[in-house]
Amino acid sequence: MPLDRSEVEHLAALARIGLTEDELEQFREQISHILDQFQILEEVDTTNVQATGHAAGSTQGSHGAGVLREDEARESAPPEDILSNAPRREGDFFRVKVVLEE
Amino acid sequence: MSMEGLTGISIQEAHKRLVRREISSVELTEACLERISEVEDRVKSFLTVTADIALEQAREADQRIAAGDCPPLAGIPVQIKDVISTKGVPTTCGSRMLENYVPVYNATAAEKLFQQGAVMLGKGNMDEFAMGSSTENSAFFPTHNPWDLSRVPGGSSGGAAAAVAASEAIYALGSDTGGSVRQPASLCGVVGFKPTYGLVSRYGLVAFASSLDQIGILARDVPDIALALNAIAGHDPQDSTSLVQRPVDYSAAIASNPSSSPLAGDGIREGIRLGVPEEYFVDGMEPGVRQAVNAAIETLSGLGASIEPVSLPTTRYALACYYIIAPSEASANLSRYDGVKYGYSYQETGNMWEAMEKTRQFGFGPEVKRRIMLGAYALSAGYYDAYYLKAQKVRTLIRQEFSEVFQQVDALVTPTSPVVAFPLGEKTEDPVQMYLIDVCTLPVNIAGLPAISVPCGFSQGLPVGMQLIGKHLSEETLLRIAQAYQQATTWHEATPQL
Repeated sequence: MPLDRSEVEHLAALARIGLTEDELEQFREQISHILDQFQILEEVDTTNVQATGHAAGSTQGSHGAGVLREDEARESAPPEDILSNAPRREGDFFRVKVVLEE
Repeated sequence: MSMEGLTGISIQEAHKRLVRREISSVELTEACLERISEVEDRVKSFLTVTADIALEQAREADQRIAAGDCPPLAGIPVQIKDVISTKGVPTTCGSRMLENYVPVYNATAAEKLFQQGAVMLGKGNMDEFAMGSSTENSAFFPTHNPWDLSRVPGGSSGGAAAAVAASEAIYALGSDTGGSVRQPASLCGVVGFKPTYGLVSRYGLVAFASSLDQIGILARDVPDIALALNAIAGHDPQDSTSLVQRPVDYSAAIASNPSSSPLAGDGIREGIRLGVPEEYFVDGMEPGVRQAVNAAIETLSGLGASIEPVSLPTTRYALACYYIIAPSEASANLSRYDGVKYGYSYQETGNMWEAMEKTRQFGFGPEVKRRIMLGAYALSAGYYDAYYLKAQKVRTLIRQEFSEVFQQVDALVTPTSPVVAFPLGEKTEDPVQMYLIDVCTLPVNIAGLPAISVPCGFSQGLPVGMQLIGKHLSEETLLRIAQAYQQATTWHEATPQL
């Protein structure tokens, strides 16, 4: 079942990815083709099957994975380090584009 | 002494010579850097060569060794895949998005190597955000297979595999989400090991698909894998999915084989049972690969293993299952690249949404965009149950099937890749053809199992890999079988002429 252009535009909007006209058409074809391959899963009876959480342990807490630590205050990285990769900063803040327009 | 031949040695051999003070870490590191400058313009396995850091670390290692402290990895040069965070050294993930990103902390796995005194030669090339099977999705340049420079090294850890095969690095760290350590290891004729999900901390491993990602090791032989695994395995409170495990000495596990039958070491009863799942010998598999893997199975049989045909019928659903789960997790993980906190940021607009869309349009390559959109589709309202939830349920069935088969056999033997290294550019046009390359490795990640790829022959003059798959936390068994195989064969000793 091929996707139509508006569906691909919707996906691109959900993913916040700008696309050229050519990319839109190319992705429409490719993603439609990939989705066709997924139809094979309809053959599988998954009635009463639980979805997987941790791949190596069936339940939370097996082998200690997924166990939350105590909520204790700890040192975090210095602001100067965190801001060192900022595309735009102002003082100790990340500078962003205008969010609320007048 | 002559530095000739120094670059091709194993971790164990290098360690022995360092301890005996026959070589220094600076000499070994210089030899690797020289080898890199000699072949790197053809192989292109590094995104960044950190020569100054390497020599500084080598000097520190030499001081440490002189003081009588020489852990197994001290002073030994390693390449680290560029998806593993290294403090102060660019970590690009092979993406324009992170071209200028410099982490402010080390990944736990890298930190553990550095604590032992490892020497970082640089960062390994990779498919962008580890999405790909050929390293052609690197935003910067493709890596070339040292066995035939017109062919791909596999991927996504293609830089790691090529660096070890070309004797640029003694060993390398990679990451494996659907085969990204094992498949390039197979295509480049080196050993590639993916541990049980959760055995090695993912802290500082830039996230692709969090329920599948695992850091792995590429090296020349099995004892080297064991030494590196000893260093990086273990619980990490910084990674909530990391397993709490009694510490295991993997080197001791493979060293304790009695001479009569290498497969009958401690913890494995005589006559180990190996399953051969017919579903992994797929249609369209290269005849030379089939022959090499079958010959390897004969060798294992000759070593005392009993070989049993087994069946894993859900294997046919693994590809679809994987390509729903991995892109879904990727679409969530990669939403962080918004051009605000770090990474590429489109500035030529005052509009926030436009800036974000353009940042992601120009920062991500085609495969990454394709997978993010695919994931957004599978997670979107109205499709979540039919795709993502369905795939996670099928995943449970795949895992259960593995568990059942591991009640009959101790490990599974399969090809790692159905084909040998293919020509650059051959599969870039059709994503589904590229995805099919990983058909033998994906199920392992879906089930969170450990697996190793070991060189087992050649087809068309190019390396073939055999994959051994074990149950959760059966690393010792897997390494022992792989070591027994390597002791009986010489495939892993072959090196490409460059």
